[in-house]
Amino acid sequence: MAAKKAAAQKRSTKKTSKKAAKPAARKKAAPQVPLVDYLRLGTRPYLSANECTKCGARFFDRRNACANCGKREFKKARVKNGARLKAFTIVHRAAPGIPAPYVSAIVETDDGTTVRSNVVNCEPTPETVNLGMKLKLTTYPIGKDDEGTEAIAFGYEPV
Amino acid sequence: MATKKAPAKKSPAKKKTAASKIEDDSVWLIGTDMTAFGRYPDKDSVDLASSVSLNALDDGNVTIHDMDVLAAGSLFQAATGMGQRIQKQIGQTGIPVFNVTNACATGATALRTVYLSIKAGEADIGLAVGVEQMGKMGMLTGGTKKEKSVYEPDGRFGAVTGVDGYIGTEGMPGVFAQAGMEYANEHAGVGFEQFAKVAYKNHLHSTLNPLAQYRKEFSMEEIMGAPQMSYPNTLLMCCPTGDGAAAAVLVSGSRLKSMSKKVQKRAVKISASILTSDPYTESAQVQPDVNTLTRNAANQAYEKSGVDPKDLDLVELHDCFATAELIHYDNLGLCERGGAGDFIDSGAPFRDGSTPVNVSGGLISKGHPIGATGVANVFEVATHLRGEAGDRQIKGAKVGLAHVIGLGSACGIHVMEKSGL
Repeated sequence: MAAKKAAAQKRSTKKTSKKAAKPAARKKAAPQVPLVDYLRLGTRPYLSANECTKCGARFFDRRNACANCGKREFKKARVKNGARLKAFTIVHRAAPGIPAPYVSAIVETDDGTTVRSNVVNCEPTPETVNLGMKLKLTTYPIGKDDEGTEAIAFGYEPV
Repeated sequence: MATKKAPAKKSPAKKKTAASKIEDDSVWLIGTDMTAFGRYPDKDSVDLASSVSLNALDDGNVTIHDMDVLAAGSLFQAATGMGQRIQKQIGQTGIPVFNVTNACATGATALRTVYLSIKAGEADIGLAVGVEQMGKMGMLTGGTKKEKSVYEPDGRFGAVTGVDGYIGTEGMPGVFAQAGMEYANEHAGVGFEQFAKVAYKNHLHSTLNPLAQYRKEFSMEEIMGAPQMSYPNTLLMCCPTGDGAAAAVLVSGSRLKSMSKKVQKRAVKISASILTSDPYTESAQVQPDVNTLTRNAANQAYEKSGVDPKDLDLVELHDCFATAELIHYDNLGLCERGGAGDFIDSGAPFRDGSTPVNVSGGLISKGHPIGATGVANVFEVATHLRGEAGDRQIKGAKVGLAHVIGLGSACGIHVMEKSGL
């Protein structure tokens, strides 16, 4: 409980550092969009998967049918925010405009869904990034468009 | 440090017989050639492809007028009608042409297209060619960032801008680094040093291959200390871009019977030609699974050819990155399940080891002009089975395997046996 509160505080501190304090900024707060539509923003952001109603396979993209069983019905599933690091690489030669080095990772969430993401709030060195380490979902802004809308990405940070 | 290893023990069970009978429905390679891989700023891809095509035909003592089918593989130039453009240079005979593209498995897919035509009874003899001219195109990555003035969800993930670098990496060194690190996570004895040793071996092997793009030995210190691309893959653990072409002429067994003894003696039997795509796996929804389709292809190849992994005298496998080669030891059944770290540490895949892997220098040092690679690997194995590989010859090689994998994904495997005719 205390940890939760601390985490919430940490989150709000993070936001504060970006802009003015929350209540004052409410009027002026930049509208936000998620980087991808399977990231759901709000007070407690999470990833939303298309889950096959027959076999339970989860997908993050728009679907035509299930790649596993062929069924064509899906429901939205809320993916758990806790995860474990399955694989990573420290990218030194990054795509244009991307700050490097950064940690690219494959994580497995507590409910067994594999997610590709960056590991954030963690030194990008082989000594600090450990296979199997516990992580949790977090979000951060990556830029603004010409109308001032802010794009929000997700990442996983060490617990 | 970790330099030449004592050769691991040769398996006594190794198959000693070569293919000594010609079955009518079998398929054989009778001619093959490749350019040295490198950079050819004064030539175009049609020059490169035409040159290896003519040489492969000469090598098999046949001409373009004998061919029933032509398959031309190129990743970046397939849409230009590569096959027909080659015909314009070497002979327009009106035969069916297949322009093939299948990521890094493009060359193997071209070869398999000719194989299938022969197996189907629609052709007795055909030419497969793979070519690529990449120049210095730089690192292959998904990272073309969309510069949008106003964010709008786009594509199958509803992304408002490019995701490479925000949702993990789409760069090839990183994707394959993660595949290797996943293996390291699951199996003991695998780490940076084991991956680096793969590159050490392939650079060392390439010094004997005049067709390799780079022919320089590097120490472990130089490899591990080279600029990091995507940890654990340093620059010297990544294949270069480049130009090159390779070609092969395949015939049916029934046609081979009518050919000269000289051609029959140098013929190489294609004991298995396999192509797989990636079956559904949970984790592959977010990153390519390069393992399952390779395992599936290997199992099919061994079953079809009756060859056991222990029988293999040499293997050319898809070492686009050092991390990739290590996991394919396991995927191809060259080592015990989970034992790829021990396998490289024991020296087994070095040219004097029990299962020499990438004696050409591999993609890491021989080079990887994408469309050419899947035919060039077959050229390499066939050249050893013919006993014509010069300084890099694996003595007495009778059975070999060539493997390529393209992301997306496609895996091609060809098992070849020396002629005992």
